[in-house]
Amino acid sequence: MTLARKDVAKVAMLARLALSDAELDTMTSELSKIVGFVSLLEELDTSAVAPLAHPLDTQNAFRDDVPRPSLTTAEALQSAPHHDGECFLVPAVLGETGAA
Amino acid sequence: MTKPAATPEPYTTVIGLEVHVQLQTNTKLFCGCSTKFGAPPNTQVCPVCLGLPGSLPVMNRAAFQLAMKAALALECRIAPFTKWDRKNYFYPDLPKGYQISQFDLPFSSDGWLEVVDPKGAFARKVGIIRVHLEEDAGKSMHDEAAGTADTRIDLNRAGTPLCEIVTQPDLRSPQEARAWLNELKLLLVYLGVSDCNMQEGSLRVDANVNLHIPCPDGSVAKTPIVEIKNMNSFRSVERALIYEAARQYDEWQATGAELGTTPKQTRGWDDPAGVTRAQRHKEESSDYRYFPDPDLVPVTVSEAEIAAVRASMGAPPTVLRTTLAERWKISAYDADVLVNQGREIVAYFEEVATRVGEGKVASNWLQQDVLRTLNERGEAIAAFPIRPDALADLIGRVQQGDFDTSRGREIFAEVLASGRSVADVVASLGIAAVGDDELIALCRELITANPKIVADVQGGKEQAAAGLIGQAKKKNPNVNPAKVRQTCIDLIKAM
Repeated sequence: MTLARKDVAKVAMLARLALSDAELDTMTSELSKIVGFVSLLEELDTSAVAPLAHPLDTQNAFRDDVPRPSLTTAEALQSAPHHDGECFLVPAVLGETGAA
Repeated sequence: MTKPAATPEPYTTVIGLEVHVQLQTNTKLFCGCSTKFGAPPNTQVCPVCLGLPGSLPVMNRAAFQLAMKAALALECRIAPFTKWDRKNYFYPDLPKGYQISQFDLPFSSDGWLEVVDPKGAFARKVGIIRVHLEEDAGKSMHDEAAGTADTRIDLNRAGTPLCEIVTQPDLRSPQEARAWLNELKLLLVYLGVSDCNMQEGSLRVDANVNLHIPCPDGSVAKTPIVEIKNMNSFRSVERALIYEAARQYDEWQATGAELGTTPKQTRGWDDPAGVTRAQRHKEESSDYRYFPDPDLVPVTVSEAEIAAVRASMGAPPTVLRTTLAERWKISAYDADVLVNQGREIVAYFEEVATRVGEGKVASNWLQQDVLRTLNERGEAIAAFPIRPDALADLIGRVQQGDFDTSRGREIFAEVLASGRSVADVVASLGIAAVGDDELIALCRELITANPKIVADVQGGKEQAAAGLIGQAKKKNPNVNPAKVRQTCIDLIKAM
């Protein structure tokens, strides 16, 4: 199993990784090996096996709807590269907001 | 606003909606931060909703149950097994770089909600494809005037529980879409699932729309589907859809472009301008690379849990309309008006009707006086100074014949203005019930002064007696018009 170079370029774009041509070649070859290894699983007949939703055999972990103290604004912002004491600051984002 | 054309459009408008509602919980979906609206920026955040390394989400039980209530009220099937997935995209208001949502195993699917126009213009049963639970993103604020200044990010909203409701493309006009949204909002507010406050962003709507155009050769042309975003009231939704349908028809006439020939387009509604505008196409935006979230274990739901949630729901508006009309013998139209005002108005009405012992008169006072006053004062019923017992007292006095309805209205206004009791106002305005002897004396006086009317009544024209009522009210504003009329007729006939 080999990956096409354009598939790797697309994954890199989605992950916001700017790869040079040389890096893209290396990645294509290395990722192909990983995908090839995983595709060994395709040799098994899994038609009768239910898809695994979670590796733990636990379900229904809930908490009660009771407020707990939040961080202070100063604590929340302390590791941000840029802030104005109230909000996180990021380079201007115009137009469409995220897909909620 | 463009008015819908008087002649029917030469096409069918096909509309599907995607609605996000914030659930009315105290805390966020996966952490204990408050969800209260309007707090100063970044004061309701913690390592979980900030997406800090090493933090782990734990699901809010109340959020899951509220979402289940919504799904059951929308007649959805609840999945016995459901899980959460990561929807990956980069945006500064999404601190983790992914949103926790549900992809292939939503907790509910296959429901419907019907909307019936009370004037009979349409009745539409709209299929629900799915209802799922996910977390909200934060807020980006950009000061356009400041040019290239930074965008400010407030993450208070990040992690707030959202219910996403996706309909089938079953709606057939912008008016239906607006009416259906009103019905959905009413239902969710009745259930206590969400306050559905669009100004505060707790209800958001996107609409998918295209046209089916019958062609002379018998085929049906379908225009490309457009998703409209950025509508911040139900009225905007209606206006945007009216605009967009007309725009698509023009475009189809100009280019003939049909469904499947172009990628799905997203357009934003510009409310002041009254137009939709193409939004920049986000390349690969649909490639969210969903995968199961390893931090959250799946949830299973038993029949007993479904039954318990169902039992806690109370009557939905559709049922309430029928029971209210039957119980109080009021028209379907009146029941609709009352139910559409919300649960508190219905409770107020029922208390007044119970005390008065009659629905129709209580409904009239509610609609003509209470609701109108609330509208004028911009007040909610909870804060309305005239409580049900006081209104019932007032209506009771009108029914006894102490005074007529128009006098009753004056008393209503005075009680409202002064904050005093009905009895106090009645006494202070000098409104005393007119005794029978007093009434008879007054009527005799009128008969003597109006021989022409007496002759008319004697000649069989009883309606002529109405001419005496105005004169009676001038002499004594407290007289009951109906009593004056009957007493005069009786006296004349006995002459």
